[in-house]
Amino acid sequence: MFAKLAFKNIQRSIKDYAVYFFTLVIGVAIFYVFNSLESQSVMLDVTDRVRAIIDLLNTIMGIVSVFVSFILGALIIYASRFLIKRRSKEFGLYLTLGMSKRQISLVLVLETFLIGLLSLGIGLVLGIVASQFTSVLVANMFDANLTSFQFVFSASAFLKTILYFAIIYIVVMILSTINISRQKLINLLSNGRRNEKIKNKNLWLCTAVFITAAILLGYAYYLVTAGLNNLIVDSEGPEVLLIPIAMGVVATFALFWSLSGILLRIFMSFKQVYYHKLNSFVLRQFSSKINTTVASMSLICLMLFVTICVLGSAMSINYSLHESIDKALPADVEITALGRDAPDITKFYKDEVNLKLEDWLDDIITYRTYLAESYANSDFLRAGTTSEYDPDSGKIYNTTEEFIRQSDYNRLAKLFELPTVELGANEYAILASYRQIAELRNTALKDGQQITVLDQTLSPKYPECIDGTVRLEMAGVNMGIIIVSDDFKFSGDVHQKQLLIGQFKDGVDPDLATTKITTGADRFYREDGSDMGEIYYYNVETKQDIIDNNVGTSALVTFIGLYLGIIFLISSAAVLALKELSESNDNARKYETLRRIGASNSMLNRALFWQIFIFFVFPLAIAILHSVFGLIFCNFLVSTFGGVDITNALPTVSLILISIYGAYFVITYCSSRRIIRERRQ
Amino acid sequence: MKQILQLEKVEKYYGSRSSLTKAVDKVSFAVEPAEFVAIMGASGSGKTTLLNCIATIDRVTAGKIIVDGIDITALKGEGLNRFRRENLGFIFQDFNLLDSLTGFENIALALSILGVKSYEIEDRVEHIADELDIKSVLNKFPYQMSGGQRQRVASARAIITSPKLVLADEPTGALDSKSATSLLEQFEMLNSRLSATILMVTHDAFAASYASRVIFLKDGKIYSEIRRGKDSRKEFFNEIINVITVLGGNNNDVL
Repeated sequence: MFAKLAFKNIQRSIKDYAVYFFTLVIGVAIFYVFNSLESQSVMLDVTDRVRAIIDLLNTIMGIVSVFVSFILGALIIYASRFLIKRRSKEFGLYLTLGMSKRQISLVLVLETFLIGLLSLGIGLVLGIVASQFTSVLVANMFDANLTSFQFVFSASAFLKTILYFAIIYIVVMILSTINISRQKLINLLSNGRRNEKIKNKNLWLCTAVFITAAILLGYAYYLVTAGLNNLIVDSEGPEVLLIPIAMGVVATFALFWSLSGILLRIFMSFKQVYYHKLNSFVLRQFSSKINTTVASMSLICLMLFVTICVLGSAMSINYSLHESIDKALPADVEITALGRDAPDITKFYKDEVNLKLEDWLDDIITYRTYLAESYANSDFLRAGTTSEYDPDSGKIYNTTEEFIRQSDYNRLAKLFELPTVELGANEYAILASYRQIAELRNTALKDGQQITVLDQTLSPKYPECIDGTVRLEMAGVNMGIIIVSDDFKFSGDVHQKQLLIGQFKDGVDPDLATTKITTGADRFYREDGSDMGEIYYYNVETKQDIIDNNVGTSALVTFIGLYLGIIFLISSAAVLALKELSESNDNARKYETLRRIGASNSMLNRALFWQIFIFFVFPLAIAILHSVFGLIFCNFLVSTFGGVDITNALPTVSLILISIYGAYFVITYCSSRRIIRERRQ
Repeated sequence: MKQILQLEKVEKYYGSRSSLTKAVDKVSFAVEPAEFVAIMGASGSGKTTLLNCIATIDRVTAGKIIVDGIDITALKGEGLNRFRRENLGFIFQDFNLLDSLTGFENIALALSILGVKSYEIEDRVEHIADELDIKSVLNKFPYQMSGGQRQRVASARAIITSPKLVLADEPTGALDSKSATSLLEQFEMLNSRLSATILMVTHDAFAASYASRVIFLKDGKIYSEIRRGKDSRKEFFNEIINVITVLGGNNNDVL
């Protein structure tokens, strides 16, 4: 009997509470997809290093999933509480008919069980189907070729999803039971209608709050973009970023509080618009809803903002890495020898490793760079009177400056696609690609800042840094190498760095060559004296290593970003949809009144559409406004990954945003329309 | 004189063939312009069903309802909406004001829906508010008004479009006696000064005594009909009570 009741209820619920069901299904599907990433990558042809990163990714996804399950759990509990509230009349009826609260709880538990089963079933099927497509994405992310298309199914992810959601549903069951047992019959029966108290807010107060919020927001925006250098330079640590964030949060709340009142007044003063068709009704509905949900609207707005930033940065890191990787790494191998007395690299390999590098490498270029112990980059940056850099802040990692001779640089310039330089005896130029430092250096260069190194005084040849590097490294990480003329004398307290770059010979197996060269250097670390100068070592970097590392990092960041971003998006859209639907009973009554005073169906549908549309778009619009500045800031943060351009990621981010948020909007609109139509009969 | 409303053998059945309920059974009557007609009857007498049919909210099973020469039983969909919008005004027991709109906006909405220009809206709302003595509540929200004020705002909304027919469903049902009296006096005034044609459904003899004619329904049929004529309201009230006593007596016989 109860099973039948529960079953009937569900049939109805799926129509009435489409949003709830949709959220469950999507939640399950997303959970499965991101937990099955490992098995999606099994057929990829990747190096061991990447394989290790994929294992790491899987572990991290496991940890993130715990967090995600808490978010989803909270969301599902929120939704189920909302449903119980909406159905309170029904439960009241059961009670008056003589059912005990225990029996009602039983019905609820059965319902949750059935809905859970159904959503898990559909969600998992959806997830398994989706993971076939995402496996292509995974391949793309790891720069790997799909060896063959293969049906992927992850039993562990499958079981994990069932386990996690089973726990969530059990918690929901327990909480619903507690919820029901606490309800009083009279409250259940009279829960349907509520008295709204609407006040016309004081326009002056609204305006004052609005202006304050706008100024606060503007200042916060300024701090994280144009004023960022000041902010960072003047401060003690990364905590300083909390200031603009706190300002943004407060301003968002104030904005929502004041804007609804102001917008309403503005529209009211345009009488032709305000008194056109049902406009006055739509605007009043909207403003009253904003007034009663300022806190949650602000929260949703901030969550959307975080979503957009997370998705944006995650995707753009991925894009720019893949874009710049080949350009940034023009050679296959780079061998560095450190130590004042380190033997010549080729000689070292021949004598100590018993390996002729020429047998493995082509186009070998050897060169040296010099580190003057007595001259650090703080010395350089401090010297400029206009420099914004404060050496004591500890914001910029303080290292000794690295120097390269003009002839060495010019030999490398062609390979690294850099302009060659012609320096006079007393001139210098700087090669840098790390944007923030390069900008600081540029101010000094523009001033014609003279530097005195090893008792030789030099003036800048160019007003700005040459953008690039002569090392085998990712774009945008070179903090600066000073180019000096060949006449410059390196003597005294100077460390030399020997470098050798080259390409693998045609016909040579890159993996074998890498192993040979690496193992040779690996085991060599001489400590045959107490003199520090005796210690030297060799370090090998290969293009593949750098790619694997960076691709791995970017894949990690991208997947975590995608996972969290989508979950955040679902949560905010679902809460918004539930908020809107929670008033559909009230709405139904209102629309019935409108119909009776003669509003046509098309007018009603249009009014309903706009009412829901504005409700959905308003927080999104402010979130997007935030995001414009947020993304500029993220761009700064992630620029260490190399020339990141966040606009690349925008189409993908918009697509994700529109498809998920849009789906919730459509479902909400359709459900609401069904409810206002139903009343008619 | 041309009739504003004419019912010809209107029938409304509920249920299936095996268990048929005749909610309205061959009811015919006519209302003339500027008449104030009350329909009385006990619960289940079919009075609200009848009103709903006239209001085009419900459809008749058989018969014709002609409003100002148009047979509304033949209208469909958008035509019905337009008809309702242009010809009818509604007053409900629970006022049905939109609680997110001020009094002014509630009244104005009826005109907005008709597509009246905004400058005209303001004048007309002010004017009707004057007539119904609700100027003081125009900027208040429904929850800030008393029951009587709400019902007067609702009345203003119903008649501001100058409908051919105002339909009132138990308009005094949710009011205390003082507010009810004042509302009914307004109805009388609307009827006499603005020549509004009012059709009111009520089970309250006091409310009905303000009408110029009372139609009694019983089990879906017209039981009797009395006109006020030159009687005072008090005398008319006594007459109504007499009919109800007979009506009720018969009812008891049946029971």
